[in-house]
Amino acid sequence: MNKNSNTYQIVYSAIMVIVVGAVLALIYMLLKPMQDQNRDNDTRKQILAAIKVTPENDEAIATDFKTYIVKEYLVDKKGAVVDSSENVAFNVNMGKNMKEAERKLPVFVAKVKDETKYIIPVYGAGLWGPIWGYVAMNADGQTIYGTNFSHEGETPGLGAKITESDFQQKFEGKHIYMEGAFKCVEVVKKGQKSLNGAETIDAISGATITSRGVSSMMNDCLAPYDAYLKTLQGSTNK
Amino acid sequence: MLSKRSKEIIFNPFSKENPVLVQVLGICSTLAVTVSLEPAIVMSISVMAVLAFANVIISLMRNTIPTTIRIIVQLVVVAALVIMVQQFLLAFNYDVSKKLSVFIGLIITNCILMGRLEAFAMHNKPWPSFLDGIGNGLGYGMVLVVVGFFRELLGSGTLLGYQVIPQCVYDAGYMNNGLMILPPMALIVVACVIWVQHARDKELQEK
Repeated sequence: MNKNSNTYQIVYSAIMVIVVGAVLALIYMLLKPMQDQNRDNDTRKQILAAIKVTPENDEAIATDFKTYIVKEYLVDKKGAVVDSSENVAFNVNMGKNMKEAERKLPVFVAKVKDETKYIIPVYGAGLWGPIWGYVAMNADGQTIYGTNFSHEGETPGLGAKITESDFQQKFEGKHIYMEGAFKCVEVVKKGQKSLNGAETIDAISGATITSRGVSSMMNDCLAPYDAYLKTLQGSTNK
Repeated sequence: MLSKRSKEIIFNPFSKENPVLVQVLGICSTLAVTVSLEPAIVMSISVMAVLAFANVIISLMRNTIPTTIRIIVQLVVVAALVIMVQQFLLAFNYDVSKKLSVFIGLIITNCILMGRLEAFAMHNKPWPSFLDGIGNGLGYGMVLVVVGFFRELLGSGTLLGYQVIPQCVYDAGYMNNGLMILPPMALIVVACVIWVQHARDKELQEK
């Protein structure tokens, strides 16, 4: 058989593509349930990390999540709870959610050591791809209790440092309100001050764009919760 | 245990035929993943696995592949293997796959893969091809680990994420070299490794 004839080449490549396609599709289908479970567990782990809970092993993630996260719901721009059915906040796809005009505002309510914390998901852009995270607010609706950030493909050793606890811990105890007005904490170059008087956090050196991404992500995603956070502030003052 | 030829196939990529240091292939990924040691190690293992299996598969197919479309066939095989590695990591080792993110996908573009498939697997039997893949994977990994070691140590003061340079040294005025974590320094470190290797190996020196 002539290996260089057109017929041979076309048949050869057609068969090869069909075989490879079938094998990949099969693998994808077989592994999909496990991958989905891993992804969900990973999300749960990130949410728990925001309230500084580290599950001992993979099996403990789901049970810990049930223990600590007592409620989850969606709120609207006026701060009212609109939907509190099961998994309603967990199932919000933040990437798609950001693009919608009527954004859903998910909140997870957690109980840690008898204190109530409110966890708000955030989503934004880094240098190479999306970055996202979870910000846990104290019951006063003003101070940050803990944060957790993740990224898809930031540079290892530079932008990827946002996932390290050294960076995340800097947010703890920072105020996002200054004298009653929403002023989200900013990530700025070491030594610089915020222009509008907000609290600041040192950026990661060598990762300017990722640091800026974190800063604007926090601002863009927490700002719509203004009314909701104000109701929290109101309830604790009484 | 191994014949003389097998030994040569496995060990030559360490010295005389090192894919990075002598053939200067796969430089791009060497720059990208060597900021710290851990991704460098996992990347080496992944490249080795993909290279060995791609070599075997191409070697098995070598007598049927039409020469005119051989590069396309090689690409399809490599791409399929890389996607498989990615899918398996997502299902069984989610944390590692998260750490490596885009780099696993970028194995496809590693010139060492195409180089070895074209130069070796197309003309050799499966077993030597497998050994060639392992050898070249190790040769590549070795450079990655050396470069990753120096860049993480001097750039961040850590190794595998653990602090190795004690705090008292910092107190005395020592500072991490910020240039080390930037890409240009990877090239300079690779050049230094090439220099050391060529200085030691007389055969590689130009007259």
